[in-house]
Amino acid sequence: MNEIAKAPHLLPWAPERTGEAATTPAHAPSAGGGARSRHGSVRPEPARPGWGRGLLLPLRLAWRQLRAERARLLSAIAGVMFACVLVFMQLGFRAALFESATSLLSAMHAELFLMHPLTTASFRPEPLPRARAFQTLALPEVAEAVPVYMTQISWRNPETGARRMIQLVGFDMQAGAMRFPGLDAVADALKRPDTVAFDIRSRPEFGDVAGLLARGGGAPLMVEAGNREVEVVGLVEIGASFGADGNIITNEVNFRRLVPHRQASNLDLVALRLTPGADPLAVQARLREILPRDVVVLTHAELVAHERSYWENATPIGFIFGFGSAMGLIVGMVIVYQILFSDIAAHLREYATLKAMGYSNGYLARVVMGAALILAGLGFAPGAAISAVLYDLVGGATYLPLGMTIERAVLVFGLIFAMCAAAGLLAVRKLRDANPADMF
Amino acid sequence: MPDDRAPVLLRGVSYAYGEGELRRPVLREVDLAVGPGEIVLLTGPSGSGKTTLLTLIGALRAMQEGSAVVLGQELNGAGEAQRIALRRRIGFIFQHHNLLGFLTARQNVAMALELDPMLDERTRLARAGAMLAAVGLAEHADRSPEKLSGGQRQRVAVARALAGSPGLVLADEPTAALDRASGGEVVRLLRDLAKSRGVPILMVTHDPRILDIADRIVAMEDGRIVDASAGAAD
Repeated sequence: MNEIAKAPHLLPWAPERTGEAATTPAHAPSAGGGARSRHGSVRPEPARPGWGRGLLLPLRLAWRQLRAERARLLSAIAGVMFACVLVFMQLGFRAALFESATSLLSAMHAELFLMHPLTTASFRPEPLPRARAFQTLALPEVAEAVPVYMTQISWRNPETGARRMIQLVGFDMQAGAMRFPGLDAVADALKRPDTVAFDIRSRPEFGDVAGLLARGGGAPLMVEAGNREVEVVGLVEIGASFGADGNIITNEVNFRRLVPHRQASNLDLVALRLTPGADPLAVQARLREILPRDVVVLTHAELVAHERSYWENATPIGFIFGFGSAMGLIVGMVIVYQILFSDIAAHLREYATLKAMGYSNGYLARVVMGAALILAGLGFAPGAAISAVLYDLVGGATYLPLGMTIERAVLVFGLIFAMCAAAGLLAVRKLRDANPADMF
Repeated sequence: MPDDRAPVLLRGVSYAYGEGELRRPVLREVDLAVGPGEIVLLTGPSGSGKTTLLTLIGALRAMQEGSAVVLGQELNGAGEAQRIALRRRIGFIFQHHNLLGFLTARQNVAMALELDPMLDERTRLARAGAMLAAVGLAEHADRSPEKLSGGQRQRVAVARALAGSPGLVLADEPTAALDRASGGEVVRLLRDLAKSRGVPILMVTHDPRILDIADRIVAMEDGRIVDASAGAAD
């Protein structure tokens, strides 16, 4: 404040700041409370402050303004958090759907697969000729060709007697084309006639099979499946999906007993195991050359991707969850916009004063955007934590594979960030109403 | 030519609100000069155009006709960026204090310095503190405005207006919201600080109690300057 007094040679309106007077001294870079250097040369325009400075000061102002009204800040954070949880849950369900829909195929353990080209999803397969499986053995690289039969049959709940459709998978246990947890323990027992292994991660409506087995004390557990009495000899772990509420597995011969109208020559899938060291892509190319057009040859990844694309594209489910996410973002955006807008509206006079003091629209816009981004950060952190807890709870209740992943957290953070930025951009328009000419 | 160095030099300034049939002129051919360090009071009945004149000089409004050179900047035809740059060299004092409620008095004053990229945070706060001490509020520097009295708030506003070492101070009825004692205190403080820094003041006021601080009183009526007399002669 003492700088004017110390520099009597300065014109009172400080023309040195306009650059019009070449002889007036410029600020020394380290000019403190009033110390002015008197070197005669005109320094060029001082280096523009870096990005950090141009953003940090508005950000600090935004934070101070947000902090001043606790209740409003908390409701804004709650709004962002709500949007965050909603998006997390929707994306989580979506991912769980795709993951569970492919859980059966993912558990298959083979390098290559044959499938009918018209098969859209594994729970609704088109049959392909059994001869194709054995034709592949013409290649020396193909060690084993394992036919897989899949269908849905009725299953009577052993406790209540209620009937429900369950996915039945039949294949040769010895070939090692499938790797489900628990399969090795029941493989021998499944050689007996009319035996099945039950998927412990099936929905509870199929009955507490695990409990009955444990309480039975070794007595055979008889269940009606497909109008036939079968013995449950053990448990495997596959997972329910949107297409199948539960799974039972059995061997090829028992499958024919349970589904007598199916011809054994009609397969649903063929799993090919290759000799060690064989290149799956090369074998795939050879098989495509020699096999007729009524089968497609897929690698394991392609098979899973094919199933996934059915759920993504041929059902409305992917869209529904995407739409749910969008709604969450819109609700969150409206809340954030409302908060920012009312903040500006309540402080129009102060914003106009800042404009009169020489703050540009761009600077004040950065303050508003800063507030939006602070809200994004403050809302995301608790939102992500709550979502992680909800994933556990909901996953336990619905038997869907729900879990927090880094990729999804990054994605949701990006979405929330964009949401708040969009709300900020909308609210910035209100700044135009802060007209300093109306201040007088 | 001393006039060319005048901080404010208006020639033939006219201004009208509205367009076409609704066009309502508020300023007609106004000529006005404020010399270095001069304190000029602008009086007149409401609607006489004095506030419009103040907003034009303060670069808060775009010029329509005439020439206005403020702190060396011709305002007629000046763009938004030039006007914003000019505002940074002008100290404004409003009828209401317009302090930011979520900042302390010191932070409010420092806001006038945050636009200067050459200052760091410590310097800003030190200068703001010194400025508050100059208006007699050293011990209230870290209070928020709502904990201050009306007169104290307006003194903070004075400190804010002067903190950026402006070349010109524009004030619009700074005493209107204050009682007699604190109003007089604020304008005398403003006058003393401005005089010691050689900063000219252009103040719009209705308040007869403060006319004695003026070097010159300019009366306006119906958009024209009707009487430019020396304040001391009044």
